[in-house]
Amino acid sequence: MKISLKVNGKKYTREVETNKNLLHFIREDLGLTGTKEGCGAGECGACTIIMNGKTVNSCLILAVEANGCEIETIEGEAKNGKLSKLQKAFHENHAVQCGFCTPGMILSARALLEKNAKPTVEQIKEAIEGNFCRCTGYQQIIEAVQDASGQLKKKEGLKRA
Amino acid sequence: MPVVGKSVPRKDAWDKVQGKARYVDDYSFSDILYATTVRSELAYARLNGIDTARALSMPGVKAVLTHVDVQGKNAVPLVFEDEPFLAQDYLRFHGEPVALVIAESYEEALAAAALVKVDAEPLKPVLSIREAIAENAPKIYKDDNCFSRYNIKKGDAETAMKKARHIFEREYETPYQEHAYLETNGVIAVPGLEDSMAVYGTMQCPFYVHDAVAQAIGIDRNKVRIVQTTTGGGFGGKEDFPSVVAGQAAIAAKLTGRPVKLVYKREEDIIASSKRHPGLIKMKIGTDERGKIVAAIIDYYIDGGAYSTLTPIVLWRGTVHALGPYECQDILIKSYGVATNKVPCGAYRGFGSPQVIFAGESIIDEIADELKIDPLEIRRLNGYKVGSSTATSQIIDQSCGLMETIDRAAAKADWKSKWQAPSSKKGSTRTGLGISTVYYGVGLGAGGKHLDRVATSMTIMKDGSVHCAIGNVEMGQGARTVLAQIAADALGASYEMVNVVETDTALVPDSGPTVASRTTFMSGNSLMIAAAELRPRLLHVAKDMLGETRDEDVELIDGWAFSKRNANGQRIHFKELAQKLYAYRLMPSAFGWYIAPDSSYDKDTGQGNAYFVYSYCTNIAEVEVDMETGEFQVKRITCAHDMGKAINPQQVEGQIEGGTLQGMGYATMEEIRHDANGKMLNNAFATYILPTTEDTPVIDPIIVEHAYDRGPYGAKGFGEVPLMGIAPAIANAVYNATGKRIRILPIKPEKILGLE
Ligand code: FES
Ligand code: FES
Repeated sequence: MKISLKVNGKKYTREVETNKNLLHFIREDLGLTGTKEGCGAGECGACTIIMNGKTVNSCLILAVEANGCEIETIEGEAKNGKLSKLQKAFHENHAVQCGFCTPGMILSARALLEKNAKPTVEQIKEAIEGNFCRCTGYQQIIEAVQDASGQLKKKEGLKRA
Repeated sequence: MPVVGKSVPRKDAWDKVQGKARYVDDYSFSDILYATTVRSELAYARLNGIDTARALSMPGVKAVLTHVDVQGKNAVPLVFEDEPFLAQDYLRFHGEPVALVIAESYEEALAAAALVKVDAEPLKPVLSIREAIAENAPKIYKDDNCFSRYNIKKGDAETAMKKARHIFEREYETPYQEHAYLETNGVIAVPGLEDSMAVYGTMQCPFYVHDAVAQAIGIDRNKVRIVQTTTGGGFGGKEDFPSVVAGQAAIAAKLTGRPVKLVYKREEDIIASSKRHPGLIKMKIGTDERGKIVAAIIDYYIDGGAYSTLTPIVLWRGTVHALGPYECQDILIKSYGVATNKVPCGAYRGFGSPQVIFAGESIIDEIADELKIDPLEIRRLNGYKVGSSTATSQIIDQSCGLMETIDRAAAKADWKSKWQAPSSKKGSTRTGLGISTVYYGVGLGAGGKHLDRVATSMTIMKDGSVHCAIGNVEMGQGARTVLAQIAADALGASYEMVNVVETDTALVPDSGPTVASRTTFMSGNSLMIAAAELRPRLLHVAKDMLGETRDEDVELIDGWAFSKRNANGQRIHFKELAQKLYAYRLMPSAFGWYIAPDSSYDKDTGQGNAYFVYSYCTNIAEVEVDMETGEFQVKRITCAHDMGKAINPQQVEGQIEGGTLQGMGYATMEEIRHDANGKMLNNAFATYILPTTEDTPVIDPIIVEHAYDRGPYGAKGFGEVPLMGIAPAIANAVYNATGKRIRILPIKPEKILGLE
């Protein structure tokens, strides 16, 4: 089936098999490999993208369901080669270890900040609850989101550069 | 400014936050084929035949491989070589690879795989440690179902036990743990010219994979190249297992003459990849009237699963650490790595230690409770200090921060004012505090001594940038960053100018595995050696450029050279030094070869200097328990760690926080279940439960630095330690809140209520 959709502001029209999921379509057909597959079953959030303003697990959606939709992936986060505030905050606060959860994490955080410019720690936790991170213990990720929203008090007593 | 000790940003984060980092599944090659695996449905069976005809006739299918197609030797080269790349003669666990289907697309491979017929005759499987060690157990490995055994004999434990004032005897059990790295295992094998083979993949130990590929397809090692792709987590789970996947993919690539991608789906990854060994620990501890340990007799069993993989060395580490960081003159430890018909277990952060730490740190809490001693004081009384003798009679001669970790964690967690004996707790919601103390031998120790060396090459490029190639990998733990910091300061370059490249076996010689918390120490030291060779050459050219006459009058820090004698503000940039270095035709490269400090081990008694140095930590957990439902919440975990020197404090905190949460998963929710026939029941993220943000307590990391004089800038290594003592800290806190002692992990509400 032929579908048309906008990804990161760019229009694509492609022929796609009706049983292909959106994650594989984005990665394989559009070559945007920043979106990751961690489970393929809607459990881990590695494949999180923003579709018509809402975060979704792209592994749970068929590509054909995205016909006519507007999609944002991690590749659209930096503008003109400049990192977004969130990306900078993840970079500076060591919110990245292996990095496999990072694209999905950043999109979940981004969707939160669009609705709520100054989220509390509880609200941040809730917004990224569906995104597994096995490396960081989440704390530095939460700090990065606080930092991006201008709310980070540096932890006392620790040596920071 | 020097960068060691500073929380500089990670080298790899820039690409990772943009989704630009390339993990194995992000690579493609023209003409690529896709592979999927046909697996055993049975836990134990005789393999009579494999019918591949129907699968072969399916559209897109290029080949279906079984053990007869293995060009080299059908054995994964780990310790004993008992595991085949593809099952032969017997099926030994549910999920064992039997055949590989190779097709033009993944979907076609998958469709055909369903048509491969495995003809096997079921046998009665052995499914637990207790079954395997029972008198009349069916024999599935040699004549005792044991892959390996160790003894530690210090003094005379039997006699000392008889003289003990109090004797405590308890049994503890620990479950499987799945690594759940977010990126599954996977590789792409690419055949090259002159019968060479390159394998790209996610892994911790490119040189193990190098061995495996050479052996699987029977070619010389100088024709094999392993390229580690950006790796989405490892935690030990990509130590031994990538050898299996890479060997299989290489067999397929050699057979078809085309690149073959073999990347696992999550369900396959959980069913087939190695796990943390389940453990059974029998502790008998004798003390004097004050709670001082006077005798210890410990039996330690681990469930190795169907093949030995790394079981012998996992067991060795656990055996050495079985009593925990406590002085005792009379010790007898016996350990057994047991065979069962389940998924093979291998390396997982802590490597045979978290099991015994759960037992040891639980029983010491039980002793404190019965003798009415503060759990913290019993640890102060017995714990290692400089001068203590370990279970292997090694004298701890330096860098022992255990007591300071206890003090600092206790102060931060407010132990003194918050801790109360369980008997004083009332009400339907109760809080509790629990503590654990841990020590951990850094590096491979006497058990893996022959592998404990590392190589590095360092080259100053013409533009002054510095290229470092190292045989240890970045897998998320931050190695490339920390090593660049060490290299920069050792050389006098700026951090920004140093690049530690991703590991490619064509660039560096075998450095041994990226395991055992050894990378900062080992690769750090080898970089210091390389830098020490290059630095005098830089000083030499700088001297001329600064108009000095003696090299020692020149200083080089953070990318600038200047005169020590003459504070006239003249300084020369690294870039100019580099150009001059080339103009002088001085060699701009150096090689760092570093061998670990010596360790030793007596085969019969286990006595000797087991590891060259130890790291230490104290964890204090705070829980809140609903006494009616048994539901509990971990509120806070305070973790004080002595790693010698925090090269990058914020990364150290990240390791503490991440490891602590993995430890909390192990303590409270993670376990693999099998049915009565040995089928794994929960090989998916929907059923294998992992901690999310909603489970995460406040984790409070504390850095304690008792420098090790042989470490780079005093660093020891500690990446595994944060996970290791979390389970007993939480179990002890649960006991402190409720009076209910949990001796079988994971801790669950039903167990707190006494229903399970
Ligand atoms: S890959 Fe979509 S939720 Fe895990
Ligand atoms: S950084 Fe590895 S899973 Fe989050």
